[in-house]
Amino acid sequence: MALDQSFVGRTYPPTPPYEVGREKIREFAEAVGDTNPAYTDPEAAAALGHPDVIAPPTFVFAITFNAARQVTEDPQLGLDYDRVVHGDQKFVHVRPVRPGDRLTVSTTIEAIKSMAGNDILDVRGDVHDEAGELVVTAYTKLVARGPEADAPAAETKGA
Amino acid sequence: MSAKIAYADVEVGTELPARTFPVDRERLVRYAGASGDFNPIHWNERFAKEVGLPDVIAHGMFTMAEAIRVVTDWTGDPAAVVEYGVRFTRPVVVPDDEKGAEIEVHGKVAAKIDDEQRTVRVDLTVSSAGQKVLGMSRAVLRLA
Repeated sequence: MALDQSFVGRTYPPTPPYEVGREKIREFAEAVGDTNPAYTDPEAAAALGHPDVIAPPTFVFAITFNAARQVTEDPQLGLDYDRVVHGDQKFVHVRPVRPGDRLTVSTTIEAIKSMAGNDILDVRGDVHDEAGELVVTAYTKLVARGPEADAPAAETKGA
Repeated sequence: MSAKIAYADVEVGTELPARTFPVDRERLVRYAGASGDFNPIHWNERFAKEVGLPDVIAHGMFTMAEAIRVVTDWTGDPAAVVEYGVRFTRPVVVPDDEKGAEIEVHGKVAAKIDDEQRTVRVDLTVSSAGQKVLGMSRAVLRLA
């Protein structure tokens, strides 16, 4: 069933602050297998001009996707989350995420489309630091497959 | 910020050093823990097959995180990445054997965007088992 277009433009209340941990950044970099010292060594980061280590470019997704649950679990929107796959993802960085950042996410529904029986939802997460400055924006496209789209699920499931 | 690659030294068509990243089940479990994404399609073969997948698949966000390493290894400073976007087109299937899967990443400079901002666009080609797994995989970088 097509989603209600009146949700386009809706912004959800900012999430409680997520405090970025130095060891969480290290854990993420190690999980990816990325040994870039900018993620773990403050001196190496300083040599690049950073006040502290920085997080990898996609680190913030864990925070913005958690915030996007306000949308995916909104009973009024009624998205069938069991049918949702991750279509596209984009980040626009103002500055890198750093340890000690207390980040809040404001999530907005940018677009709702219906194509070939699928519902396509564009969600934007604006991530601000404690001073209210924009740090990064995450653009997430979610595709809720229609019932008739079951067959190619294995081909499209990418999240 | 101090990327080690200078804008002036880069041309459209400049190729970044290509890389192949191995991915096995252990790595997916580690990524699940680090990212907080515990969807069982990324670690539970029985569940993955029940929902119509050929086997356990890698997190799309894991593949996205690996692919940008070709860029961040090149620039040295990961903060050179001002924009990064991908489309998840096919799953990376990760069998439970000694080898697992491989993610192959190639990148090249597709455009010089702004001489003053020293920004370029790099297009990435990301494949596994001979098939593209990410589409529209692009990063905008601010170079030295």
